[in-house]
Amino acid sequence: MSKTHAGTAPGDPPSGTPEAEEGLRGYLIGLGLAILLTATSFFIATTSLVWTPSIPIAIFVIAVAQMGVHLVFFLHITTGEDNVNNIMALAFGILIVMLLIVGSLWIMSHLDHNMMPVSRIMQMQR
Amino acid sequence: MSGAATHLSAHAARDETSKRIIAGYGFWIFLLSDIIMFSAFFASYAVLSGATAGGPAGRDLFDLGNVAIETGCLLLSSFSCGIASVGARMRNALVFYAGMGVTFLLGAAFLVLEVHEFAGLVARGDGPSRSAFLSSFFTLVGCHGIHVTLGLLWLLTMMAQVFAKGFRSDIQRRILCFSLFWHTLDIVWVALFSVVYLIGVAP
Repeated sequence: MSKTHAGTAPGDPPSGTPEAEEGLRGYLIGLGLAILLTATSFFIATTSLVWTPSIPIAIFVIAVAQMGVHLVFFLHITTGEDNVNNIMALAFGILIVMLLIVGSLWIMSHLDHNMMPVSRIMQMQR
Repeated sequence: MSGAATHLSAHAARDETSKRIIAGYGFWIFLLSDIIMFSAFFASYAVLSGATAGGPAGRDLFDLGNVAIETGCLLLSSFSCGIASVGARMRNALVFYAGMGVTFLLGAAFLVLEVHEFAGLVARGDGPSRSAFLSSFFTLVGCHGIHVTLGLLWLLTMMAQVFAKGFRSDIQRRILCFSLFWHTLDIVWVALFSVVYLIGVAP
């Protein structure tokens, strides 16, 4: 693809890479890393070798790493200078996702904590 | 577009490049908004995952072997979708059709396994109406399944369009958007099998 101005469509390889072999190599590296991370994740979830309370955190960290692998090697969202727009959009998306998930969990756990036990509410209604 | 676009003037070629960037960027924005919708379902699942109403919890229901096969299907389909988009960029119809065909088969296998799992749960009385946990489970996982179904329809459409119209630049842009869609579904599935299945089953 001829590069006449800065910018790369998400999903396109970085400008200047030879078409077929480079593209194939990127997908192969991505597949290898993804399989490795997935296998590790499944292993940790079922093993008794790891300290139990650390398991959810480990699975979460591996999942984030694997999403990064997918973004870089499959979606070609990289940190190159022709990719700034895609990265900024992604960063904003991650911000909203974090606000939604962390905010929901935070508010709901506080509500749960402050709510009167259901049995007491039932007594008051009698 | 290398090689085949020799009849285009330099200006028209630049025009096609910037159209491809704009189309891809716009679709990327849509995908991010789709991810935000999924994150709302993830948040509700995380809040409600303990609300089993005396019914079964995740560890009583989930079969990790099934989930591992589903994950393998989606991972390999993401790879074959990548092969198909390399084929599209090279304008090699054989590579494109082979990649898309394998992607379709793997995606369909994933759907069959998921529908089988859902049917089993409902048949045992653990359907979405059993508890808040199961409602949020079916909403979250089912929403991903609907996306995969739509992706498969889109995939067949793209194969038909390439067959009928060839690798025109507008078709190329649609193929780019489809591959972005499919890879994003795989990212959502990574979050899904980690948060719902693995953490749900972990001791």
